[in-house]
Amino acid sequence: MSWRARGLALALLGLAGAVGARADIPAGERKSGALFMSKQTQAMQADDTANPGMLAAAEGEGLWNASPAPGGKSCAQCHGAAETAMKGVAARYPAVHEASGRVVDLDGRINVCRQEKQNASPLARESRELLALSAYVGLQSRGLAVAPPDDARLAAARERGRALWETRMGQLNFSCAQCHDDNWGKHLGSAPIPQAHANAYPIYRLEWQGMGSLQRRLRNCMSGVRGEPFALGSPEFIDLEAFLAARAQGMPVETPGVRP
Amino acid sequence: MRSAALWGAWAAISLTGMAAQAQLAPFEVVGDAIPKPLTDTPGDPARGRAIVADRQKGLCLLCHTGPIPEQRFQGDIAPDLAGAGSRWSVEQLRMRIVDGTRLNPATPMPSYYRVEGLNRVAPAFRGAPILDAQQVEDVVAFLATLRDPPSQTGKP
Ligand code: HEC
Ligand code: HEC
Repeated sequence: MSWRARGLALALLGLAGAVGARADIPAGERKSGALFMSKQTQAMQADDTANPGMLAAAEGEGLWNASPAPGGKSCAQCHGAAETAMKGVAARYPAVHEASGRVVDLDGRINVCRQEKQNASPLARESRELLALSAYVGLQSRGLAVAPPDDARLAAARERGRALWETRMGQLNFSCAQCHDDNWGKHLGSAPIPQAHANAYPIYRLEWQGMGSLQRRLRNCMSGVRGEPFALGSPEFIDLEAFLAARAQGMPVETPGVRP
Repeated sequence: MRSAALWGAWAAISLTGMAAQAQLAPFEVVGDAIPKPLTDTPGDPARGRAIVADRQKGLCLLCHTGPIPEQRFQGDIAPDLAGAGSRWSVEQLRMRIVDGTRLNPATPMPSYYRVEGLNRVAPAFRGAPILDAQQVEDVVAFLATLRDPPSQTGKP
């Protein structure tokens, strides 16, 4: 939406001056983050033999089939083949965990099974094992549309996430929306600003020389504006993830993505 | 790779910044300007230029293009700084550096001389403005020298 059109929309709504009021990126203009990368990095993501995220997914496959402790059940012993049991699962997360009524993201959901079904301790956020499992589970949704469930409890999380998205933060006083809705396609220094769709996570990031979750990416954006990032696994991040999933609804899952 | 590293470096360096419990110099806003300098020492355009070019101090070229040709990776989300000195008076420039949100609450321009009313500032930066009073005056003095509009200086 152009500045003029946005200004008009603001005026019509009588909201001029209300910083948060803005329109979403229209469906026809949505672009995967991969399209903001060099051709070379795009090719690396597209080629399974070159995409380092596939190594993490392969490690995840090993963990899927292994029992976490002697006598404990493996993921596969309960769920069977991930190719069928986990197909489309990552595309639906964050989702409500019915037993607790909580909104959980995929990492959180994997840890629910670790604790409740495997009697094992939860895997730390950003640990190699959790990233490997989420890459493997995520891979089973590759090519399927992001499909956040229609659920009022999720809608509440999404609305909180949207409010965070529109809140200015940090010493540099930027909101997520000011970069990703208002200025996508332009450059910060020389870095192209993507639209911030979360359909390729976890990713292998060349700068990190390793895998990282969506929350790690969000922490980077928050410290970039000299803000204090939310804690890994915090309710604020789950809310932001729920908002981002709704924002990317219908876009194909690309997990595991590669980023510069 | 290089592009990501620059914004990545920004983030990394952000966390090592120094927090000073700064006392802001008092200033008076008149219309869209701050008529009086924040310091007794006049701003130095050469120091101001260095601050504008510095990606950890002024950070200006992350968002703005400007006539600083040796800086190759300049942002394009905000107006070209070329010609700023003919578009605005010194007093108006001072206002826009100190706190542009007083003129337009929706501007993405950071408030360089402000500590109140910010949200979730990282501990290393809490209580300190982005630039101190003398740095603001230096930047304003430099911007005032940028009289040629972008078309005449040429884009980098
Ligand atoms: C100052 C501009 C800026 C702000 C503010 C900002 N980001 Fe970003 N964001 C970027 C840039 C630039 C990238 C691309 C990665 C890079 O170059 O480091 C990015 C990447 C991302 C990505 C990854 C997209 C992909 O395709 O992998 C997501 C998701 C994201 N940001 C979400 C957020 C959220 C949520 C916030 C608010 C908490 C936020 N960003 C705040 C500039 C910003
Ligand atoms: C003892 C059996 C058992 C084990 C072991 C187990 N799970 Fe589960 N898992 C379940 C059941 C049953 C459900 C369905 C919901 C429920 O009852 O919690 C489930 C649900 C899930 C879901 C959510 C599916 C959806 O459609 O929302 C994911 C993801 C998941 N498991 C991943 C894993 C992973 C990864 C492992 C191994 C680390 C694992 N599970 C180990 C029994 C198990």
